[in-house]
Amino acid sequence: MMEEVKEVTSALSVHGHNIKITDVVKDGDALTFVIVSQKLSGTGEYHVDRTWDDFEWLQQHLFSQEDVPGLQGVIFPPLPAKASGNASAKIMKQLGVLGLGEWQPYCKALETFLQQVATHKILNKNKAVEVFLTSSDAPGRQKVKKNIFNRLSQAVEEMRKEGHKDVDEFFQTERDHNLVLTGCTKTAAEKFLDMVLTEQKIAVACGHFSAALHLCVEPGEDPDKKAFSRLCVQISEVFDSMKKNMTSVAENNVNTLGLGLDLESRYQEAEKEMLFRRTCKLVELENARRNAEKAKPVKKAAMEEVKTATQTEFQQICGVARQEIKQFHGVRVKMLQQALVQWCEKQLLTAKESTDQFNQHLQAFRGMAQ
Amino acid sequence: MAASSDRNPPPFPAAEDPEPGLVDPADGDSDEGEDIFVSKTNPVSVSRGVSQPDRGAEDPPDLFSEEEEASSTTAKSNGVHSDDDSDLFAEAHMELNTDKPGSSAKKELSASSGPRSTSTSTQSPAAMQPTSLEQLEEEEAKDSFDVDVAITNPEKVGDGMNAYVAYKVSTRTSLTMFRSKTFSVRRRFSDFLGLYEKLSVKQSLHGCIIPLPPEKSVVGMTKVKVGMDDPSSVEFVERRRAALERYLQRVVCHPSLLQDADVREFLERDDLPRALNTQALSGAGFLKMINKASDAVNKMTIKMNESDTWFEDKFQEVEAEEQQLRKLHAVVDSLVNHRKDLCGNTAVFAKSMAMLGNSEDNTALSRALSQLAEVEDKMEQLHQEQAASDFFIFAELLSDYIRLLGAVRGCFDQRMRAWQRWQEAQSTLQKKREAEAKLLWANKPEKLQQAKEDITEWESRVTQYERDFDRIGMTVRKEVLRFEKEKAKDFKSQIMKYLEAMLQSQQRLIKFWEAFLPEAKAIA
Repeated sequence: MMEEVKEVTSALSVHGHNIKITDVVKDGDALTFVIVSQKLSGTGEYHVDRTWDDFEWLQQHLFSQEDVPGLQGVIFPPLPAKASGNASAKIMKQLGVLGLGEWQPYCKALETFLQQVATHKILNKNKAVEVFLTSSDAPGRQKVKKNIFNRLSQAVEEMRKEGHKDVDEFFQTERDHNLVLTGCTKTAAEKFLDMVLTEQKIAVACGHFSAALHLCVEPGEDPDKKAFSRLCVQISEVFDSMKKNMTSVAENNVNTLGLGLDLESRYQEAEKEMLFRRTCKLVELENARRNAEKAKPVKKAAMEEVKTATQTEFQQICGVARQEIKQFHGVRVKMLQQALVQWCEKQLLTAKESTDQFNQHLQAFRGMAQ
Repeated sequence: MAASSDRNPPPFPAAEDPEPGLVDPADGDSDEGEDIFVSKTNPVSVSRGVSQPDRGAEDPPDLFSEEEEASSTTAKSNGVHSDDDSDLFAEAHMELNTDKPGSSAKKELSASSGPRSTSTSTQSPAAMQPTSLEQLEEEEAKDSFDVDVAITNPEKVGDGMNAYVAYKVSTRTSLTMFRSKTFSVRRRFSDFLGLYEKLSVKQSLHGCIIPLPPEKSVVGMTKVKVGMDDPSSVEFVERRRAALERYLQRVVCHPSLLQDADVREFLERDDLPRALNTQALSGAGFLKMINKASDAVNKMTIKMNESDTWFEDKFQEVEAEEQQLRKLHAVVDSLVNHRKDLCGNTAVFAKSMAMLGNSEDNTALSRALSQLAEVEDKMEQLHQEQAASDFFIFAELLSDYIRLLGAVRGCFDQRMRAWQRWQEAQSTLQKKREAEAKLLWANKPEKLQQAKEDITEWESRVTQYERDFDRIGMTVRKEVLRFEKEKAKDFKSQIMKYLEAMLQSQQRLIKFWEAFLPEAKAIA
C-alpha cells in the first residue's frame, strides 16, 4: 500500500514558470549567469549570480533527497553539460546546438532547467531550490557526496539490466518506445546541427564575396569604368543582403527548433535513466524474492524484511513513475509544438523580409542607367 | 562581348513576342523553333542551365532603339554620312541591318582587306585618333544584330571510347547573307575548337577580341563516354552545352566575326570537315597558350615607346581585373560547394524527421513531423536550384570573363607584334639604304639596280606595316571599348536574373511555411 505523499506547501517563495536568465558574463574560462525570479508575494525580484558548478550543486541536492518516497521514479529535468568560456572543440561538439550563438541558446536551456525544477511538485519542495534562487551568497560550492544518480555509468552488468523483461505492460511499452524515440531524436538533433553549420558557412562565403567585390571598384572618370564600378557596388550589396538572410535563417533554426530538439533529446535521456533505475529496482526485488525463498531458516526473517522493504520501494517508484510519465508526455508535446510554431513563424518572417530586400535591389538594378 | 544580347533586334517579318517559359534541353525535344531562342530576345537570360521561366523584361530605353539605327544606317550604307574614318573601320566593324537594300553592298565589305576608300591612306594616324574615338563610340551605339543562336539536344553518338556528344546548333536570322532564315546543324565539341583555331590565325582579325571556347575535359568526357545518365555526367553535359552556347553567341554578336566565312560555314554547312589539330588544344588550355605568347612578346628586345599611354594603362587594368575576377571566382566556387552540402544536409535531416514522425505516437505531433519532413524535402529542391543558379549565373560568368580578359590581353599582344614587324621592317630598310650607299661608294652599278629595287620594296613594306600597326591599334581600342560596354551589360543582366531566381525561391519558401504553420499549431 502506498503511503500518501503529504501535501506540503512548497518551500519556494518565487514563481517557477517565469524564471529568467538575463545575462551571461564571461570571465576567462568561467561563465556566470544572472538569474532573475519573481517573488510570490507582491512585486519584487531576486537577482542572483550563479556558475555552472552552482547548478550542479543544485542537481546533486535534488538527487540525494532522503525523505522522498519513490524519488527514483522522478524524471529529473536534464541539466546541460558544462560549458566554459574557452571551450575545447570536443566540448563544443558535445554541446551541439547549445554551443552556438554566443551562449544565448545555452542560457535558454539553463533557464528551462530551472523552470522545470521550480515547477516540479516533488522537487520544488527541496530547500536547495529556494537557496539557489534567492540566496545572495553562492550556495556552498563543495562537492556533494556522490550517489547512485551521478551519471549512472553503465558498467557492463548494468547494461544487461537495461534489457530486463518487465512485469508490467505499461512500463515495457514505455521503455520500448523511449528507446526508439531517444535514438531518433538524437539523430534528428545532430542532422539539424549539420544543416545550421552549413548555413553559417554559406553566410560567411556571401560576406567574402561582398567584400571582394569592393576591390573591383576603381576610381576614374571613364564612364564605362564608372558604370561597372557602380554595378559592382550594387552586386556587393545584394550579397550582403544574402549574408544577412542566411544568418537570420540559421539563428532562427538554432533558437527555436534547434533548442527544441536538443531539449527533447535530453529529456528523453532523462526518462530513460528513470526507467532504468526502476528496472534496476525490479531486478533487486526479484533477487530479494529469490533470496527470501532460498534462505535458510536462520536468515529467513532478515531476508523477508529486505524483500518487503524492497517491495515497498519498488511500488513507490512505480507510483511516482506513472505520474511522471503521464506528465512528461503532455509536457514534451506542448514543448515541441511551441518550438515548431515559433520556428515556422520566425522563418516566415525572415523569408518575407528577404523578399522585400531582394525586390528593392532588383528595382534598383532596373532603374540603373545603362 | 556579351553573350547576353541586350540588343533590340528590329522586328522580323514574322514578328513575335518572346514566349514565356524556358525549354530545358535535357527534357528532350525542343524543336519548336521559337522556344529555344526565347532567351536571346530577352535581356535577362543567357544560359538555360537554370530552368527558370523567362520574364518578358523590356529593354531599357538605350542606345539600341530601332528608329535611331534605321535612319542612321540608311545614311551609312549610302556612304553619305561617312567620314573617311568610317571606311577605315569598315574592316573592323560591320553595320548589320535588316531590310536594307544595301545589304548586298555590305557583302563586299568583307573581313579581309577589301576595297576601301583611297582617301584614308593620306591621313596620319595621329590626327585621326581624337575624332575617331568619338566616332567609335557613336558607331557602337548603332550596332544591331539579327542573329540568334541556340545549342540544344546533346546526344551521344557512337559507343565506347570513340563516342562523342553531338549538339544541335540552331540559327535564326534575318540577314540575307545566310541561305535561309532558320536552320540547324549538328556539331561536336572539336568543331567549336576548330572554329576558334581558324579565327585566331586569321591575319585580318588581328586586334579583335576573339571569344574563347570552353576547355577540354578528359575526366568529364570519359564519364560521359561510359554513360550519360548519372547526375555528374548530366551536369557536365549541361555545363558544356551552356558554355558552348554563350561562346557561339559572343562570336555571332561580334560584327567582324559574323562576316567571317568560317563562322558562316560553321553555322550553315551540313557536313563540316572534322577539325584536326585540336589535340594540341587539350590539357594546356587556351590561357596557357595566350600566356606563352605574352611571355614571348615580353621577351622582345626592342621595347615599344608608347606615344599614347592609353594602351599601357588599359593593359595594366586588364591584368589587374583578371586577378580580381579570379579571386571572386574562388569565393563563388566555395559558395556553390557549401550550397551543395546544404542540399545533402537538408535531405538527411528530412529523413531523420520522417523517422521521428513515424515513431511518434501522438497523432497530431506525428503528422506535423511528417509534414516537416516534406517541407524539408522541398527546401532541398530549392537549395539545388539555388546552387545551380549560383553556378551557372555567377561562377560561369566569372570564368567566361577571366578567359575573355585573357583574350583581350591576346589582342594587345597582336598589336605589339605588329609594331615589332614595323620596327624590323624599318631596320631592314635602313640596312638596305646603307647597302645602297656602300655600293654607290664602291661604284658597282650592276648591283645598284637590285639595291634600288630592294629599297623600294622595303619602303612600301614599312608603309604597309605602319598602316597595319595603326589599324590594329584602332581595332584594339574599339574592341576594348565594346568589350567594356558589353561586360557591364552582361554583369547587370546576370545579377538581375540571379535576383529574380532568388525572389522566386523566397516566394516558394513563404508558401511552404504558410502551409506548415496551421499544421504546427494544430498539435494539441
